Amino acid sequence: MALLNISEPGQSPRRKQDSKHALGIDLGTTNSLVASASEGGPFIISDSKESALLPSVVAYSNDENILVGQAALKSNEHISSVKRLMGRGAGDIKHELSYTLVESESSGMPLIETPVGLKSPVEVSAEILKVLAARGAKHFEKEVGNEEEQKEIEGVVITVPAYFDEAQRQATKDAARIADLNVLRLLSEPTAAAVAYGLDKKLEGNVIIFDLGGGTFDVSLMHLEKGVFEVLATGGDTALGGDDFDRTIMQWIKTESKIEIKQNHLAELSTCARNAKHDLSETDAVEVNFADWSGELDIGKYYQFIDPLIDRTIKACRRVLRDASMSIEDITDVVMVGGSTRSPRVQEKVQDFFKQPLLNELDPDQVVALGAAIQADILVGNKYDSDLLLLDVNPLSLGIETMGSLVEKIIPRNTTIPVSRAQEFTTFKDGQTVMSLHVLQGERELVEDCRSLAKFELRGIPPMVAGAAVIRVSFQVDADGLLSVEAEEQSSGVKSSIVVKPSFGLEEKEIESVIRASHSEAEHDRDLRRLKENEVEALRIIEATDSALAQDAELLDADELKAIQEGLISLQESLKSADADLIQQQSEALNELSVTFAARRMDSQIKSAFKGKKLEEVDR
Amino acid sequence: MAITMSESAAEHVASQMASRGKGLGIRVGVTTTGCSGMAYVLEFVDDLKESDEVFEDHGIKIVVDPKSLVYIDGTEMDFVKSGINEGFEFRNPNVKGECGCGESFSI
Repeated sequence: MALLNISEPGQSPRRKQDSKHALGIDLGTTNSLVASASEGGPFIISDSKESALLPSVVAYSNDENILVGQAALKSNEHISSVKRLMGRGAGDIKHELSYTLVESESSGMPLIETPVGLKSPVEVSAEILKVLAARGAKHFEKEVGNEEEQKEIEGVVITVPAYFDEAQRQATKDAARIADLNVLRLLSEPTAAAVAYGLDKKLEGNVIIFDLGGGTFDVSLMHLEKGVFEVLATGGDTALGGDDFDRTIMQWIKTESKIEIKQNHLAELSTCARNAKHDLSETDAVEVNFADWSGELDIGKYYQFIDPLIDRTIKACRRVLRDASMSIEDITDVVMVGGSTRSPRVQEKVQDFFKQPLLNELDPDQVVALGAAIQADILVGNKYDSDLLLLDVNPLSLGIETMGSLVEKIIPRNTTIPVSRAQEFTTFKDGQTVMSLHVLQGERELVEDCRSLAKFELRGIPPMVAGAAVIRVSFQVDADGLLSVEAEEQSSGVKSSIVVKPSFGLEEKEIESVIRASHSEAEHDRDLRRLKENEVEALRIIEATDSALAQDAELLDADELKAIQEGLISLQESLKSADADLIQQQSEALNELSVTFAARRMDSQIKSAFKGKKLEEVDR
Repeated sequence: MAITMSESAAEHVASQMASRGKGLGIRVGVTTTGCSGMAYVLEFVDDLKESDEVFEDHGIKIVVDPKSLVYIDGTEMDFVKSGINEGFEFRNPNVKGECGCGESFSI
C-alpha cells in the first residue's frame, strides 16, 4: 500500500478527485516506460499483461493497423531504435538499419518506408507515445471508477538524453504534439534518475549518474544545491552497452565451438549468450550449450572479456570529472541506471572507482520514468508545497557569425538553462540597413567548422555611418533546451527574431569530437581568428579612407594624398598575404598617415557647420 | 475498540511531534476518495473535538472521529521503509479490497 506521512491539521494531501493526471515518460531507444505520481509515491503503469516495458518498436501493416511494442516485434517489417533518428538528417545516419530510409526532398529529413507510405521518425515516436498515454489513461479511468469523472491527462514529462541538441529535443516535442500530448517539460534522463532517488531533497552534493543500457552508455555529473540540479558535464559512448557483453560471449562460443554460424543461427546464439551473462551474475561458472556443442565459461574468463568494456565506462567517468574540474572526493552520490548496471562486475568497478556505495535499490530500468513522473506531478501543481527546480546545460556553445566568418559565442557550452544572454553588434558599412544573422552551434572559431542552425535578417536599420548602429542580439534557451534568437536595433526599435528549429542535430560522438577538435585546434583557431580580425579591421579602414577621400580629397595637398593612396595600396596588398602581423602593421601605418587628414576633416566640418552663424549664436 | 501502533511507528510519531514542537497526538481517519472508495487521513492534532475518540499506545495519543472508527477499528499503524520511500502503513482488518496503488481501500 501507499505509505503515508503525517500532515498538518486540515492539510492532508489533496484528494484524488482534485489532483490532475500527469505522466512521466521514458521514451527509450530500446524500451519505453510510463509512470505516474498522481497518487502518492511514483509507480510504473504496466499494460494489461503486467508488463512494464514497452519495446520501442512500431510496425505498420497494409490494413492500416499500427502495432506497437511486443506485438510489433513479431512483424517482419518492424521499425526499431527510431530514437537514434530523431532530429537527424538522412545523411547523418550511419547505423545499420533493418528498414529503408528515404531522404525527404523538402526537409532533408530521413523518412522510413512502410507498407502504408513514408513515415518520419517523429511520427513513429508519436505512435509509441500514444500507446504509453493510453496506458496512463486506462489506469486513471480504473481509478476514478466511472466515466463521467474521467479526466484528461493534463500533461506529460518526457525524458531525453542530456546531450540531445535543439533539433532532437524539438523532434521529441513534435512527436508528443502528434500524439496529442501536452508536454510540460522535457527532462534530461540523468536529472530524472536523481529525482527518483529523492536526491533533490538533499541540501547539497555532486551526483554521478551512471547509465549503462543495452546499447548506449551515458554518464553525467550534476551539482545539486538546495533542490536545484545543474548538469555540470556529460559524457559517454553511444555504442557501448550490455549488448556488447553478450557479443563477447558469442565470440567465445564461436571460437571455442568452431561452429560456422549462419545468419539464421544468430538469434539463438545471442539468446544463449545473454542467458550465460545473466547466470554469471549469480554463479561462478556456467555450462553453455549451443547446437551440439557445450563448454564451460567461468567468471574469471568472462570478466576478462568484459573488463575492457567496463574500463571504457570508467574512462568516461574520469573525463566527466575532469570536464567539471572535480575529483572523486567531491562526488557525494553515485546513481546506477540502465539494465546493464545489474552486472555485479560493473557495480564492483564503479564502486571501486568512486570509492563509495552506489544508489541502486530502485529498478535500474524504471528509475528514469519514475523521476519523470515525480517531476510531472509537481509541474501540474499537485505538490503545491514543492519548489523543485531543475536545471540543465546546453551541450555545445551557441553563437553568431561576425565579419570574417568568425563565430562570436553568445552562450558558452555547459551553461545552465534556461538562460538568456545578449550582446551588442554594429554595422560594418556606411548606410547599411540590413544585417544578416547566422546562428551557429559548436566550439570552433570559424563558421565553416561549426554547425549552422539558422539564418535570418534584420531589415529596416536606419542608415548611419558604419559602427554607429547598436544591434542587440539576444539568445534565449528555454527549459526544454530550445533556442530563440532576437535582434533589435536600439535607436529605431526594429527587430527580427527566429525560433531555432534546425533540421537536424549532432550525435553525442560528434559533440565529443567537436569538443575535442576545439581543444586540439585551439592554437590554429586562435591564429586564424587573429588573422580574420585583422583582415576585417583593415577592410574597415580601407572602406573609411576611401569614403573620406571621395568626400574631402581637396583638404590634402598632392604629397599627402599620394602618401595616403600609397598606404591604401600597400594595405590592400598586405591583405593578400594572409599574414596577420603584416596586415596589422599596414593598418596602423595607414591610420598614422590619416591622422592629420582626419583632424582637418573634423575642422572643416565644424567650420561648415558654423559658417554664416554669428559668434553669439554659436556660443549659445 | 482500538487503534494501535508498532514501536517504530510510535518512535517516528514522537520524533516528528518533537521537531514540530506542539500537538496532542495524531489523528487517523478516512475520507471518501480514490480508486476503491476510501483513503486514510493522517494528521497532527492540535484541538480535540467533542466526539473524538482518543486511544493511547506506546505513549502516543491516537485521535479518531467516530465515523471513521467504524472503518478502521482494529487497525495497526506501522512505520515502513521501502526503497527510498518511507512512511506509515495501516494494517486494517476491515479492508476487503485495495486499489492498485494501495492508497485507497474498500470495506
